[in-house]
Amino acid sequence: MAAPPELAEPTTTVKTEPVISVRRLWKVFGPKAERVPGSPELSALSRRELMDKTGCTAAVRGIDFDIAPGEVFVVMGLSGSGKSTLVRCLTRLIEPTAGEMVFEGEDILAADPRRLRELRRSKFSMVFQHFGLLPHRRVIDNVCYGLEIRGVRKADRLERAQEVIDLVGLGGCERSYPDQLSGGMQQRVGLARALAGDPDVLLFDEPFSALDPLIRRDMQNEVIRLHREVGKTMVFITHDLSEALKLGDRILIMRDGKAVQSGTGEELVGAPADDYVRDFVRDVPRADVLTLKWIMRPARPDDVLDGPEFGPHVVVREAVRAVLAADRPVKVVRDGELLGVVGHEEILASVAGEG
Amino acid sequence: MTRDKWVRAVRQKVWISAVAAALALSGCGGAKIGETSSQGGSGNCGEFKIAINPWVGYEANAAVLAYVAEKELGCKVTKKDLKEEVAWQGFGTGEVDAVVENWGHDDLKKKYIDEQKTAVSAGSTGVQGQIGWYVPPWLAKEHPDITDWNNLNKYADLFKTSESGDKGQLLDGDPSFVTNDESLVKNLNLNYKVVYGGSETALIQAFRQAEQNKTPVIGYFYSPQWLFAEIELVKVKLPPYTAGCDADPEKIACDYPDYDLDKIVAKKFADANGPAFQLVKNFQWTNDDQNLVAKYIAEEKMSPDAAAKKWVDANADKVKAWLPATS
Amino acid sequence: MTALALPRVLARRPSRGVLLIAALAAFLVLWVVLRGLHTLSLGASQLTPLHHAVNDFNDALGAGRNTNPLFLYFFNEIRLVVDEFVTFVQAVIAQPAFGRPVPLIGWLGVVAIVGYVSYAVANWRVALPAAAGFAFLGLQGLWQESMDTLALTLSAVVIALLFSLPLGIWAGLSDRFNRLITPVLDFMQTMPTFVYLAPLTLIFLIGPASATIATIVYAAPPAIRFTAHGIRSAPHDTVEASESLGATRRQTLVKVLLPAAKRTIVLGINQTIMAALSMVTIAALIDAPGLGKTVVKALQTLDVGTAFNAGLAIVVMAIVLDRVTTAAGARAERARLDTRPTSTLVRRVVLIVGGALTLVAVWFSTTYLWAAEFPPDVSVGPAIAQAATTVTDWVQTNLSPVTGGIKDVVTLVLIDPLQMLLTESPWWLLAALVVAVSALIGSARAALVSAACLLLLVGTGLWADAMATLASTIVATAIVMALGVVVGVWMGRNQMVDRVLRPGLDAGQTMPAFVYLVPFLALFGASRFTAIVAAVVFAAPVAIKVVADGIRSVSPTTVEAATAAGSSTWQLITKVQLPMARHALTLATNQGLIYVLSMVVVGGLVGAGALGYDVVAGFSQAQLYGKGLAAGVAIVLLGVMLDRLTQAAARRSQ
Repeated sequence: MAAPPELAEPTTTVKTEPVISVRRLWKVFGPKAERVPGSPELSALSRRELMDKTGCTAAVRGIDFDIAPGEVFVVMGLSGSGKSTLVRCLTRLIEPTAGEMVFEGEDILAADPRRLRELRRSKFSMVFQHFGLLPHRRVIDNVCYGLEIRGVRKADRLERAQEVIDLVGLGGCERSYPDQLSGGMQQRVGLARALAGDPDVLLFDEPFSALDPLIRRDMQNEVIRLHREVGKTMVFITHDLSEALKLGDRILIMRDGKAVQSGTGEELVGAPADDYVRDFVRDVPRADVLTLKWIMRPARPDDVLDGPEFGPHVVVREAVRAVLAADRPVKVVRDGELLGVVGHEEILASVAGEG
Repeated sequence: MTRDKWVRAVRQKVWISAVAAALALSGCGGAKIGETSSQGGSGNCGEFKIAINPWVGYEANAAVLAYVAEKELGCKVTKKDLKEEVAWQGFGTGEVDAVVENWGHDDLKKKYIDEQKTAVSAGSTGVQGQIGWYVPPWLAKEHPDITDWNNLNKYADLFKTSESGDKGQLLDGDPSFVTNDESLVKNLNLNYKVVYGGSETALIQAFRQAEQNKTPVIGYFYSPQWLFAEIELVKVKLPPYTAGCDADPEKIACDYPDYDLDKIVAKKFADANGPAFQLVKNFQWTNDDQNLVAKYIAEEKMSPDAAAKKWVDANADKVKAWLPATS
Repeated sequence: MTALALPRVLARRPSRGVLLIAALAAFLVLWVVLRGLHTLSLGASQLTPLHHAVNDFNDALGAGRNTNPLFLYFFNEIRLVVDEFVTFVQAVIAQPAFGRPVPLIGWLGVVAIVGYVSYAVANWRVALPAAAGFAFLGLQGLWQESMDTLALTLSAVVIALLFSLPLGIWAGLSDRFNRLITPVLDFMQTMPTFVYLAPLTLIFLIGPASATIATIVYAAPPAIRFTAHGIRSAPHDTVEASESLGATRRQTLVKVLLPAAKRTIVLGINQTIMAALSMVTIAALIDAPGLGKTVVKALQTLDVGTAFNAGLAIVVMAIVLDRVTTAAGARAERARLDTRPTSTLVRRVVLIVGGALTLVAVWFSTTYLWAAEFPPDVSVGPAIAQAATTVTDWVQTNLSPVTGGIKDVVTLVLIDPLQMLLTESPWWLLAALVVAVSALIGSARAALVSAACLLLLVGTGLWADAMATLASTIVATAIVMALGVVVGVWMGRNQMVDRVLRPGLDAGQTMPAFVYLVPFLALFGASRFTAIVAAVVFAAPVAIKVVADGIRSVSPTTVEAATAAGSSTWQLITKVQLPMARHALTLATNQGLIYVLSMVVVGGLVGAGALGYDVVAGFSQAQLYGKGLAAGVAIVLLGVMLDRLTQAAARRSQ
C-alpha cells in the first residue's frame, strides 16, 4: 500500500534536544576488529563474507538514532540481529568499536572508568532478560544493591528500596530470596533494582521474553503504567513485534547488525521499507495499528462528500463502526482540509488484513 | 512447627542432663592432670632422639635402649621413624642423636663420618649380621644339596614363576639394602632371574607362605630378623667372602660379608658425653637377645615398650653393665 | 618410520582406523626384524651419568644446607614457619606440650568441638555422626595417632588455602593467568604423590614439616581449580547487572562473584581436605606421625589386623570430614530457604548453649585425666584387628590356589607379550609408533607432547623400565575399564545398585593402599600382577563412578525413544547408552590411567619392579637416589603423555 509520501516522512530525528544521540555506531568482535568500520571495503561486506575474510563478526554496523526525553524507544530484531549488543554499547558494558554516543551533551565514549561508573550509577539502569539477580541476597538487598555500591547509608537505601518495591508491586516479598519467586516476580525485582537509583534512562534487554505469555502481558502493562507514573526515557529491546508496537513510541528494526527501518509502529506496518519488514508485519492486525490516513484514498469525483469527518490519526479500529454505519464515504480532514476519504471497501480490506 | 517444638524440648532436656552430669563430674572429677606426675628416674639426661629404622630387629635394640634411658636415666626419649639414609642426614641437622643398628653402609660412613664429620661410631651392638640367599626349612630338608650354590641350576625349574619365565626366580629386593644378586647370578652362571619384590613385607610373606604350603622359594634375606623366631630359614652357601672380592660390583662372585652391626651417633651427642650417650656406647647384646625382643614385638604384638620391659626385667644384670658409672 | 610416512598418507585421507592398523602392522613387522636392538635397558644397580649427577647434587645440597643462602633464607625459613605451625596444632590436640603430659585439649574437648562445629556449619544430623565417628577413633585405641593425622591435615589445609584461594580468584578473573596455571595444576595432579616425597626430603628434610609441605603441594590444586571455576561460572547476567549498576571490579568480586561461587569453593575445600588426608597417610614414609605410620609399621610384621584397624580409622575420619564439609556447602542453601523465625531462634539458642557446653568439655579435657586421655580399657581396636586377621587368613588359605592360576594366565596372555613388545623394541621404533598413534587417535598437538615426553624419557636413562611400567599400566587400565563399563552400566541403570555400591567404592578409595598389600601378596605373591591388582582396586572406583554418572546422564527421552522402538536391553546398552556416554568413557579412561599411574610406586613394593621399584629403592639407598628421582620424573612423563593423549582423544570423540 502506498501511503502519501508527505505523511510517511521518516521520524528518525526528533525535534526536541535528544537524551541519547548515536551516530555510526559499530561493534565488531574478532581479531583486529578496529580496522573494519574504517575501511569502506570491509564495512560493505556482508556478515558472512566479513567472517570468512577477517574472522570478525560485526554485531552492530553503523547504527544511527536519537532518543527524545521521555520516549519509549524500541529496538526490535530476531536473535543474532545485534540488538542486545547495541543496548550494551550504550553503557559500554560492551565497548563499541567505532562511532559516537552523546548522552545529555556528554560524549560517553570519552568517559574514563570513574566517570563511566558514575554514569552507570546515577544515569542509566538496565533490566536483563534473565533478571541477573543475586541469588544469595533477599529481595530487598537485591534492590538495595545499586545504592549500596554507591555508598548510600543503610537506612536511606532501605527506605528507598521499600519505596520502589511498593511501586512495582512487590510489597510483602522483601524477605524472600529470588529463587522463591516466580519469573514475573523476579523481573519485578529487576525492575525495582533498576528504578532504585532513580536513573534518567532505563534500558530493557528483552526483559519479558523468558516469561509466560500471561505474565508477559501483565509486565508490559506494568511498564506502561510505570512509564506514565515516572516518565523515564526507556530503551526497550525485544524480538516480539506486538510488544514493540504496544510499548514503543518509535521502533528501530535491526537485521544482521544494520538498521532496516525506523519509525512509529504505524509507519512500519503501513509502509514497510523492504520485504523483510513487510514479512515481519504481515500478521499484525492492521486495523489496530494503522490510522485512517494510511487507508484513505483521494476523493473521487463521484464521491458524496457529506459524510462524517475524522482526523487522520484516528486508529482504523475505532472508525470501523462509524464507516460501516454511514452510507457514504467518511471524510478524513485535518485543519479543515480534506485529505481523503474512507469507504466500506477500504475499511473492510484493512480489517481483513489485506492491502 | 510441632516437630520443631518437640526437637527443641528434647534438645533442652539433653542439654540440661548434660549440664547436670558435667556438674556432678566436676565435683568428683577424678585425677587432675599434673597431679599424677609419673616421670620416673632422676638425672640430667635431657632429650634423647633415637632413629627407628624400619625393621624389627632394629626396633628391638631401640626399644630396650629407650626403655632403659627413660626408666633408669630419666631421659625424654623421642623416637623417629626414618629410613637409614635419612636418619644419617639427621645427625647433621640435630634431629637424630643415635642410630642403634647399622649394617655396614661404608658409603654413608665415608660421607657423614669422614667428610661431613657429623657422625661417629659408637661401637658394636654385639649382634652379627648376615646377608645371603635363603630357602625355607622344608625345602632344605627335602633337598639337602640345595643349600650349595653349585647345585642351584639343577633346581632352577623348581623356582619358576610367572615373573621369571623359563628361569628360576630369585626373589630379591628389600629396597633398603644393597644387592649384588644380579652380578652374582651372572658371574656364577646361574639359570636364574632376579625378581624385585620391592619390600621386606613381600619377602617375609613369600617365605612364610612357602613354608606353610610347602612351595619352593629362594630369596635374598638377612639375619637377625624376627622371622627366624618363626621359621628357621636355611642359608645357601655361596663362594666364600674374601676381603676385596666385592670391590668391583660388576664382577662380584662371592658371598656377602658378615656384618658386625654397630651403632652410629651424632658427633655433637658424643661430644656432650651425657648419660644417654654412655648408655648407647655401652649397649651390647646377642643375636638371641635381639631375636627374643623382636619376637615379642612382631609375633606376640607387644608394644615395643612392653617388650623391652619384659626383657629388661628378666636380664637386669646385662642392663646394669650398660649404665653409666655415675648413676 | 611410520611417523614420517604419515603426512603423505593423510593427504589421501583414508580412514583413521585403517591408518592405525597400518601403523601397528608396520611396527610389528619391524619389531620382528629389529627385536632386541637399541632397547636402552639398564640393570638394577647400574646408573647413568645423569643419576650420578643427581646424587652429587644431592650430596652438595646436604653439605650446603647450613651455608647456602637459598637454604638459609628461603627453604629453612619456610620449613621453620611450617614446623612451628604444625607443632602448635599438634600441641593443641595431639602431642604432649606446654609442659603437660598430654595435649592441651583432650579427647572429650575435641569430640565436643567436632560436634559443635559440625552443628554450626551443618546441622545435628551431621553433627551427631561426626562426634560419634571421632569417639570411635578413640575406641579403636588410635586417639593420638588420629589426632596427629588430623593436626597435619588441618595445618596443611589451612596453609594451602591461604594461597590457593587468592590464586583461584586470580585465575577466575584473569584468562591469562588461568591459561598459565592450568598446565601447572595438571602437572601437580598427574605427578604420583610418592614422587614429591624424595625431592622434598632433599630440601625440607624429614618429619612433620616436610610431610605438611608435601601435602600442601598435593592438596592445593583442587581448591585453586574449584575457586577459579566457581568464579568463572557465576551467572553472566548477574555480573553484567552488577557492572551496569556501576560496581567497581572489587565490589563485583566481593558482592557478586564470591557469594555466587561460595558453594563451588566449599566443594573445592572439601576436595582439598580429602586430598590432604590421603597424602598425610602416604607421608608416613617420611616420618609423618599419625595413622599412616601405624599402617606402615604394622606391615613390617605383616600385621594385617592392626593395619586394617588404622586404615579403618582413616576411612572414618575421611567420611566425617567429607560429610561435614559437604553439608556445610549445602546448608547455606537450605538455611536461607528456611525463613521461619522459630527455627532460627532454636538454632541460635542451641548454638549458645552448645558453645558453653563445648567450652565446659574443653575445660574438663584440659584439666582431668579421664577427659584428656581416651580410656584404654574400652578399646574395640583389638577386636577389629582380630576380625580382619581372621578374614585375611581365611582368604589367604582358601583362595590362593585359584588366585595363583588367575595370575599365571593373565601374566602369560596379557602382561608378558605386551611387555615383550614394548621393552624389546628399538626405542625409536616404539617412539615413532606412539607418536603416530597419538596423531591418529588424538591430535597433532598430542603427537608433539608425546614426542617430547618420549625424548625426555630416553633422557632419564630409564627407557626400558618405563616401557615395562607402561605395559603394566596399559593392562591395569584395560582391566579398570572393563570393570568400569560392566559395573558402571549396572550402577547407571539401577539406582538401587548405585546406592548399595557407592559407599563401598568411596571407602575403598579412602582406605590407604598399604592395607591390602599383604593379603594381595599372599594371594598373588610378589609379582607384576599383584601390582596391577592393587592399581585396579584403587582406580576402578573412580572409573566406575564416572561411567555410572555418564550412563545416568544420557537423555531419558532418547532412552525412551529407543525403548519405544523395541530395543532389547542389550541393544539399548550397546547402541544407545554406551555410545551416548562416550565422553564419560574416555574421561573414565583418562582418570583410570592417572589413578593407575599413581599406584606405580606402591606396585614397586609388591613386585612390579621397573619404575616403581626404582623410586622405592632410590628413596631408601643413597647410591640410587638419582635413579629414583629420575624414575619419579619418568612416571610424571608417562602420566603427562597418557593424560594429554586421552584428553585429545576425548575431545575428538565429542
